[in-house]
Amino acid sequence: MRTEETARRVVATPAARAAIERLCRRGQVMFVQSGGCCGGSAPMCFRLGEFAVGAGDLLLGHVGGCPFYIDAALYLAWREPQLLLDVEPGSAEGFSLPAADGQHFVVRS
Amino acid sequence: MKYAHPGEPGSVVSVEPRYENFIGGKWLPPAEGKYRVNLTPATAKPICEVPESTPEDIETALDAAHAAARQWGETSTAVRATVLNAVADAIDAHRESLAVAESWENGKPVRETLAADIPLAADHFRYFAAAARASESHTTEIDANTIAYHFHEPLGVVGQIIPFNFPLLMAAWKLAPALAAGNCSVIKPASPTPWSILKLAEVIGDILPPGVLNIVNGPGGEIGKALATNPRIAKVAFTGETVTGRLIMQYAAQNIIPVTLELGGKSPNIFFSDVMAADDDFLDKAIEGLVLYAFNKGEVCTCPSRALIAEDIYDEFITRCLERISRIKQGNPLDTETMMGPQVSAQQLAKVSSYVDIGRDEGAVVLTGGHKAHVDGEYSGGYYYEPTVLKGDNKMRVFQEEIFGPVLAVTTFKDEAEALAIANDTLYGLGAGVWTRDGSRAYRMGRAIQAGRVWINCYHQYPAGAAFGGYKVSGIGRETHQMMLEHYSQTKNLLVSYDPKAMGLF
Repeated sequence: MRTEETARRVVATPAARAAIERLCRRGQVMFVQSGGCCGGSAPMCFRLGEFAVGAGDLLLGHVGGCPFYIDAALYLAWREPQLLLDVEPGSAEGFSLPAADGQHFVVRS
Repeated sequence: MKYAHPGEPGSVVSVEPRYENFIGGKWLPPAEGKYRVNLTPATAKPICEVPESTPEDIETALDAAHAAARQWGETSTAVRATVLNAVADAIDAHRESLAVAESWENGKPVRETLAADIPLAADHFRYFAAAARASESHTTEIDANTIAYHFHEPLGVVGQIIPFNFPLLMAAWKLAPALAAGNCSVIKPASPTPWSILKLAEVIGDILPPGVLNIVNGPGGEIGKALATNPRIAKVAFTGETVTGRLIMQYAAQNIIPVTLELGGKSPNIFFSDVMAADDDFLDKAIEGLVLYAFNKGEVCTCPSRALIAEDIYDEFITRCLERISRIKQGNPLDTETMMGPQVSAQQLAKVSSYVDIGRDEGAVVLTGGHKAHVDGEYSGGYYYEPTVLKGDNKMRVFQEEIFGPVLAVTTFKDEAEALAIANDTLYGLGAGVWTRDGSRAYRMGRAIQAGRVWINCYHQYPAGAAFGGYKVSGIGRETHQMMLEHYSQTKNLLVSYDPKAMGLF
């Protein structure tokens, strides 16, 4: 596993890191990248351990000390870009935690 | 014609400033008294307030469902069928107002809700009423003295989580089989579309015994989770995206309950050379078939978002299709002339836009569209995107990722083998379309494509009686077919001995 390279595969904006820090006061979180559909390809944010990660999931790296996963086959289909985690106005998708009141996490790639 | 906006003078839809949860046949406020504003994507302005429930409201809904479950479960299929047929009749009688409400909340054009969503929803209840009446179970003669009797019994109370793209039809797809099989349901609507299903409850709420249908609105992470993890549901059904689908399946594992999942797709729509063999009705239909990627503004799990066109007809065929696309009327969803409404939310619009940028960056050619749409007057603030076509190859991200908008990725193929390889080169397996005048080829392709629904010489048809569901990561289980009655039942076997003698073991 090429840890230095994979650590750079996901980075976060200051706004995203601030949101993560606030969320982490109540406990660590984890990110799982969604594949599109009605979830808008949003990075889903859960409490650490909420989502059972499996052998097919790739740990892209850590943001604000929290792990960021993506399905390995999905990441290949995405052509392995660097992901930039950010926050934007809007509701959290699916069962994701909101980034803050009226804000949700997004990725740019 | 243009329907007046819900709530405005002359509208066929009345709007209260605030709506409650529908629980136990009553309109109940959320326990913590929190509400949020629900917007219309046509103008980005508010429609009404809806509950922002908490897990306590799920418990209240489950109390009501369980209170009704035994009686509804013991009701004969004949009586249940009568109730479901009455539900269908009520939906038909209120077709216009339900169509307008759903269109205004979701952004889909009213011509689609009037012609498809609402009539299909009504028909779904009729289909399952009939299927339940006609269902039988088997008896097996094990030996001369031993008979195995099988009975399908309801599961009890089920949890159902539905998406925003067809709020009323998805509710019907979930409710009709569940109720027909004798279960009671707690439904959690999608956050962008919490209201039109409440208008449905106004229409059918009094027809169903109290507690058979319960609707709780709230944030997915709280309400969806409270429902899916609850030990008081016997099954969870979900339509939505993959990560949430995995989470739902995980929650179901905690309580060892069955799950049906309908997830995403990147469906190929394949056009063989012979579609251009004549300039006839069939060619016209095939052109429409390609343009169907714009149906419901592309917000469909089975959106035919990849068009695979035979190389030798590509230039002529795409020219005809682009001309058809240029005639798509976009704007007020309540105008019966409008063919494409706004995307359901600002964030969906942003996502579509960023995917088109990704497509440009990776070298796709924009054949048409590629921008947010400019719409005049009072709709200028709505979430509109131009119908877009990107030409590229199947390895591009815009060919592999589910954009969920009116964006078509187009490529060509040399022969049947290449068409098949491209069609199957995707993580998904929900839908596919095959267009050819050659029946044998249609059959070969249909059987070889790894998708649960292959449309042959048509697309976007969802009649009850045709099983629908995914291969690969597109989900598990099948909807819109009587096999769903089994998904919503458990089998009781009575193994009866008529032998008066002991076995002789002890």
